[in-house]
Amino acid sequence: MPEPILDISGLTTVYRIAGKDVAVVQDLDLAIAPGETVALVGESGSGKSVTSLSILRLLPRIGRVAKGSVGFRSKSGVVRDLARLDADALRQVRGNDVGMIFQEPMTSLNPVYTVGEQIAEPIRIHLGKSHKDAAAAAVQLLADVGIPDPARRAKQYPHELSGGMRQRATIAMALACDPALLIADEPTTALDVTIQAQILDLLQQLQAQRGMGILFVTHNLGVVAEIADRVAVMYAGRVVETGRVADVFAHPRHPYTIGLMRSVPRLGEATLLKQAGTPLPTIPGTVPSLARLPQGCSFAPRCSHAIEACRAAVPPLLDTGNDQASRCIRWQEL
Amino acid sequence: MLTFILRRLALGLLMLIALSVLVFVLLRLAPGDPIDAYIDPNVSMSRAEMAAIRARLGLDQPMPVQYFAWLGAAATGDLGYSIQRSGVRVLELVFERIGPTLLLMATGLVLSIVLGIATGIIGAVRRNSTTDVGLSVAAFVGISSPAFLTALLGLYFFSVQFRIAPSGGMLTPGAPFSVGDLLAHLILPAALLSIGQAALIMRYMRASMLEVLNQDYVRTARAKGVREFFVIVKHALRNALLPVITLIGSTIGMAIGGAIFIESVFNWPGMGLLMVNAVETRDYPVIMGATLVIGACVILVNLLTDITYAAVDPRIQVA
Repeated sequence: MPEPILDISGLTTVYRIAGKDVAVVQDLDLAIAPGETVALVGESGSGKSVTSLSILRLLPRIGRVAKGSVGFRSKSGVVRDLARLDADALRQVRGNDVGMIFQEPMTSLNPVYTVGEQIAEPIRIHLGKSHKDAAAAAVQLLADVGIPDPARRAKQYPHELSGGMRQRATIAMALACDPALLIADEPTTALDVTIQAQILDLLQQLQAQRGMGILFVTHNLGVVAEIADRVAVMYAGRVVETGRVADVFAHPRHPYTIGLMRSVPRLGEATLLKQAGTPLPTIPGTVPSLARLPQGCSFAPRCSHAIEACRAAVPPLLDTGNDQASRCIRWQEL
Repeated sequence: MLTFILRRLALGLLMLIALSVLVFVLLRLAPGDPIDAYIDPNVSMSRAEMAAIRARLGLDQPMPVQYFAWLGAAATGDLGYSIQRSGVRVLELVFERIGPTLLLMATGLVLSIVLGIATGIIGAVRRNSTTDVGLSVAAFVGISSPAFLTALLGLYFFSVQFRIAPSGGMLTPGAPFSVGDLLAHLILPAALLSIGQAALIMRYMRASMLEVLNQDYVRTARAKGVREFFVIVKHALRNALLPVITLIGSTIGMAIGGAIFIESVFNWPGMGLLMVNAVETRDYPVIMGATLVIGACVILVNLLTDITYAAVDPRIQVA
């Protein structure tokens, strides 16, 4: 594997809730190579979004990175720990070396500024271009993300654009300074399925042109299969399984991954199951509260394979060969 | 935009007519007679003589006739003559007084907007800090203090105790006009006038800013590497201002009430003082004229508020 552009090690992010620090992400390792797409999947509350926000320290006021390092190799080749960078140096990384797009294109654009102005802003800040040059660059970026009539669209306000176009505009904004890493926090979740496919195609096409690494946060395994090279499955703030997408999908090594994959309904399956009289498969139980995690493996209470040893200690990420790792001590018996 | 302004102006004209009817009827319903204040109490007068004066002033006509006579004249820009100061045109009186009032109110308004918005932002950005709590307590005190109380306290402390501000008037009598002298007289009443509104604007601004700071687009701005200062004043402020603009527009009418108190306390030669004197002497034409002009100002300010709102928020289409 070439030098990673992002190398997260031992990341622990805590939220201060009712006077206590609650770990919402624990001891997370993740690396992304240039041009590689890594997907972070999990249910709501698994810590996947918090992980993506921790990288640029865009956490809400109650959150902070408590432990670990976020090694980032910038365009110039210098590796710095974003978790320890001072505010001003970090600001120069944001939007410049690392671009970010969010889930809700409706609310993540500022309603009172034109789309063009919002795309031009990072270009002026980081590349020091004049208003005029930055505005021209913004129009070009809108064209690059496939928005027809970009000169007219640049002068419009977010409410004058459709959801799909707004998400294209936020992508243009994130890519304005040609970042080495793009963090996409559920960028297609709020979109129609057809628009979703278009956005995924666009991201892949832009990645092929620019060679940036992508961290793609999603709860949708279908999207993972389509876009990612590698995947990290998160549960209750920890990565429980990681590996190449094809390998993990073909041979999942963690009961939670297996459960997740079984929970995705396949075409026609519902009818077949109904005829057979069996319900759609789900994972029994619910995600535990992060403030009161069970002893040992967090998934043990919901796991049909759990034994005494599972509840004794948090299992480490075990190498299962073939660049795959699982946090299940019984992975060989699955 | 132009059609919008024209339509609003036409609507404003209708509102002014309605206002004049209301004031006219209320005045005639109120006890008291302008003749009582008009005649010299030391000269005895027969009923017939009083009736003659009444007839000369047109006060013996039925109310609708009186009203339409007034309206007809007002439409041509003639607001009639003061009953008390015979021969002085109401329009002249009002124009003489409107300048000082506008100066006082505008200064008070600018002070309250600047103060209210600045402290509101500070409160929201440093929420729950000592500064924020202190500002909030000060705002509550400001909101709960009636104008007559703050005016008298202000007068007592700044003019009587510390002697750092003149106790009344707009200019030092007899002294040649200077801007410095005007400002010295202006600052205390304007500051006192602004207290209540500044406090109100601060509370609204703080709440609105807190809400906006939690919006996704503020996070987007940070993710782009925008400096925190510009995240606040460029990305958040313009959105947070929207509800505050509406508030400012709708409280300007309220500020006029405060201005009447302040003008009385500080002997400020403005519309408030004119109105108070006119009401005391039942000087109907002056009350009508002054009300009309103040009403027109309020309507214009509200129109300006809506135009400002549309200018700040591109989602608002005025047509």
